[in-house]
Amino acid sequence: MLGLSKKDTSFLIAVIFLTLATPILLQPFPEGSALAQFNAGYPDLMQRFAIYGIFAIGFNILFGLTGYLSFGHAAFLGVGSYSVVWMYKLLSYNVVPGLILAIIMSGLFALLIGYISLRRSGIYFSILTLAFAQMSFNLAYSVLTPLTNGETGLQVYTDDPQVLMDAASPSSPHFFGIVMNESSKIDVGGWLFTFNNGYYFCAIIAIVVFYLSMRIFRSPFGIMLRAIKTNQTRMNYTGLNPRPYTLAAFVISGMYAGLAGGLLASMDPLAGAERMQWTASGEVVLMTILGGAGTLMGPILGAGFIKYFENIFSKINDTVLHGWFSALPDGLEDAIVFLFHPFIGKGWHLTLGLLFMLVVIFLPGGLIEGGTRIWNSVTGRNRKKKQDQGDHHPKPAAHVN
Amino acid sequence: MGILEVSNVNKRFGGLQALGDVNLDIASGTVHAIIGPNGAGKSTLLNVLVGKLIPDTGTVLFNGISVLGRNPYQINQMGISRVFQTPEIFSDLSVFENMLIPCFAKRDGAFRLHALESIVAEKQLIEKAEHMLSEVNMADKRHMTASSLSRGDKRRLEMAMCLVQEPKLLLLDEPTAGMARADTNNTIDLLNQIHESREITMVIIEHDMHVVFSLAKRITVLAQGSPLVEDTPANIKGHPKVKEAYLGEAAA
Repeated sequence: MLGLSKKDTSFLIAVIFLTLATPILLQPFPEGSALAQFNAGYPDLMQRFAIYGIFAIGFNILFGLTGYLSFGHAAFLGVGSYSVVWMYKLLSYNVVPGLILAIIMSGLFALLIGYISLRRSGIYFSILTLAFAQMSFNLAYSVLTPLTNGETGLQVYTDDPQVLMDAASPSSPHFFGIVMNESSKIDVGGWLFTFNNGYYFCAIIAIVVFYLSMRIFRSPFGIMLRAIKTNQTRMNYTGLNPRPYTLAAFVISGMYAGLAGGLLASMDPLAGAERMQWTASGEVVLMTILGGAGTLMGPILGAGFIKYFENIFSKINDTVLHGWFSALPDGLEDAIVFLFHPFIGKGWHLTLGLLFMLVVIFLPGGLIEGGTRIWNSVTGRNRKKKQDQGDHHPKPAAHVN
Repeated sequence: MGILEVSNVNKRFGGLQALGDVNLDIASGTVHAIIGPNGAGKSTLLNVLVGKLIPDTGTVLFNGISVLGRNPYQINQMGISRVFQTPEIFSDLSVFENMLIPCFAKRDGAFRLHALESIVAEKQLIEKAEHMLSEVNMADKRHMTASSLSRGDKRRLEMAMCLVQEPKLLLLDEPTAGMARADTNNTIDLLNQIHESREITMVIIEHDMHVVFSLAKRITVLAQGSPLVEDTPANIKGHPKVKEAYLGEAAA
């Protein structure tokens, strides 16, 4: 179906189901319970899961397949955001023109940066992209202020033209009248589920681009990109020019990033230069590696993981900890809170950093590899595989007759 | 007129004359070996033939068209394939994917954005790749990752990848270097079989005299960057100049 193999189709269906059911799945604890703060089913966070998922899927097409590590993808994120806000200012709050412009602009921008940066590979490529992204950040922050509104960030003012606006149009981002920040809340026996328009808008786009990335992974083009990663010499001597292939991958992943940036501005009609900063570029690298570079699902998992930590762990503070351990004797309680203190609240980076180190050291294939290992040990596939390998003793090479 | 004509090629690296007045005329359909002691300029010559090095003077014509200044992928698209001293394959990919890539390159040229096409739909190419794999007796290994193959199998795979593109000229750089005797003999058989069934012109650079004498129809002896003699294997064996320059040196 849809040009996918049976296995991929069922995989895609599983992903669609999980994405659409996210508002329910991320709300495992009833409202008001002690664990309710671990619930992640609120619109703002779910939107981030979907948007950064898209960002990471796109990044993975470049890094996971070709092995070219770009440290400048946040620039495209920023370009996407600015494009969308400009369309708000000029036309109306409908997100569609903005998103189309975001994809086109980031694609063109990626073409320019990629054309220059891809003359080098390895660390030199990474540094070139980093330099470009920092240049873009500084331009947006302090030079191109008429276009970006500098450090205040670009936003919509009442005296903006908004030529397509009439009295009936919503005054916040919408998709042909479906307002992004509206939600319907359903209360089921203590559990509160929020079904947010913005989340579903992002989720449907995420599913579409996930499907596209799946097609790319399975296409001849995908094989060529993986070939670039393993051996460019052979690629050249097979009559293939690696340059246009890497450039195409770079532009595609830039367009994904632009789309993600556009969606960020579709959820919240603001665009700031800090979105282009190198930390944002680093974040998507972390997401991809944490989840598993080169796998289909890994980057999305990684994105979800990091965003979850950023939003949930950072909210746990000493008071919350004291609440948890209040049953313990006072001295012990204080000691435990003192021990946990560096890892929570503002220290969530520390927890994430440790986790990242553990994953990179013990699970080089990322969370996906961890999942596969657990799955194999549960189903006993590992043992089977070992027996299989026993049969595959190197046979004496057969003579050609 | 031969398929590959090298005339008056000179190449200097600093003070070293790597190639001096090399003239070669390789006849179509033959197996031509280039031998010579270490440092004789064999590899430099090969790199000139594939466009990796541009000689200081001279011309290299393939079917009457100059190969100089072209990229390796352009030279491949002209019909020249190269087998490396250490097998260059896509080691992270499966054997079958390794075979598919040259098939795509042959059909689609140096670049094509087939990002939303399906591999499964390419029945003709799949058939072609599978046929080639079974021809080199590797059909049962099609799902293995190329890096897990034995060295001999890697070499076979690399040759199969070159052959599936139906090149007019196959360049082999020490195809049996570092191989065990059995693997060497297998490779010789494979190459002989390829030559008989397809009439591909081959240029072999080789150290191992056993390989050279079991394959070559013509031999050029290179010494200090210049061709010493060019003759049939039978004549080369007893040639006094060759003994002096090559075998004599090897014994010393």
